[in-house]
Amino acid sequence: MEVGQMQRRLLDYTKTLLMEGFLDGQFLQLQQLQDESNPGFVVEVVSLFFDDSEKLLNDLTSALDQPSVDFSRVDSHVHQLKGSSSSIDAQRIKNASLAFRNFCEEQNVEACQRCLQQIKQEYYLARNNLETLFRLEQQIVAAGGSIPMLEMGF
Amino acid sequence: MVMATESQFHVLAVDDSLIDRKLIEKLLKTSSYQVTTVDSGGKALEFLGLNEDHRSIPNTHSVSPNNPQEMEVNLIITDYCMPAMTGYDLLMKIKESASLRNIPVVIMSSENVPSRINRCLEGGAEEFFLKPVQLSDLNRLKPHILKTKSKDEKRDKQEKQEESDPEFQSQQQLQQLQQQSNNSKRKAIKGEQDLDTMALPLWSK
Repeated sequence: MEVGQMQRRLLDYTKTLLMEGFLDGQFLQLQQLQDESNPGFVVEVVSLFFDDSEKLLNDLTSALDQPSVDFSRVDSHVHQLKGSSSSIDAQRIKNASLAFRNFCEEQNVEACQRCLQQIKQEYYLARNNLETLFRLEQQIVAAGGSIPMLEMGF
Repeated sequence: MVMATESQFHVLAVDDSLIDRKLIEKLLKTSSYQVTTVDSGGKALEFLGLNEDHRSIPNTHSVSPNNPQEMEVNLIITDYCMPAMTGYDLLMKIKESASLRNIPVVIMSSENVPSRINRCLEGGAEEFFLKPVQLSDLNRLKPHILKTKSKDEKRDKQEKQEESDPEFQSQQQLQQLQQQSNNSKRKAIKGEQDLDTMALPLWSK
């Protein structure tokens, strides 16, 4: 596949993620921050997020499994998850976290656990999507091309 | 000794989230600022406090007279929600400090709570950014930094002049005295005028 084709594929893929609500404008901002001096910036931040979130999700699972759930602790974990997911633009995780927090306030353990399941699913989806995106980017760079930027008003 | 004109301003960024620290660092560097990041309010105060100890003149604000390697902090940007010390707590501590209170402080939060925003602005924060912070938000920082810097430079220049130039000093004193006398003259005139309105003399106005 030649570079132009790969670049078009990447743009189409990014557009799809945007339209399906996986990404929002924030991701494009992040990409614009990336430059020659720090070419791996987006990948670095996103990987950090996924590692961080995995830990958070594990902590949340065990916190909710306790006989007496410490909701303030759960809430602070979710707050962190919400914050970092919005920073790297994992919209669906962020939205699911919002719902989670509401259930936390109601101290509804079952609803929280269901929500957590959903967040985990979103997490895996988001991770797969972004890994695909990065793989596409890598292929382009390996073939000597540059990563195309999606304009906001597409 | 006033620092030679630096084109780079130094920002201290405070956030307990590693991801957000990385982001704000990148945003600031992209906007050509020098950045130091710390993960808590406590560490921020420590960093600022260290600057304070190195100052030889207690009244001089955040300029290190002799140590070129020491970094003056031109702006502090901090997350609001942090364990132990919130961004608001940090803001209060900074404003309470005679030497730190002139450093502009900006607060960031992922939550849009109007009462929180107002509280911070009333507490002396220059700006409140909603996260995720955008590059365009950082454009609002420059005016605050420049305003403080030029105030400092004026004051430092004045102090320097006063130190080294006794004639200047006496000139200053003379000016001050003149101004004082002008003020009291004005007051006197006003006093007369008030009397005038009461007495309706023909020679007034």
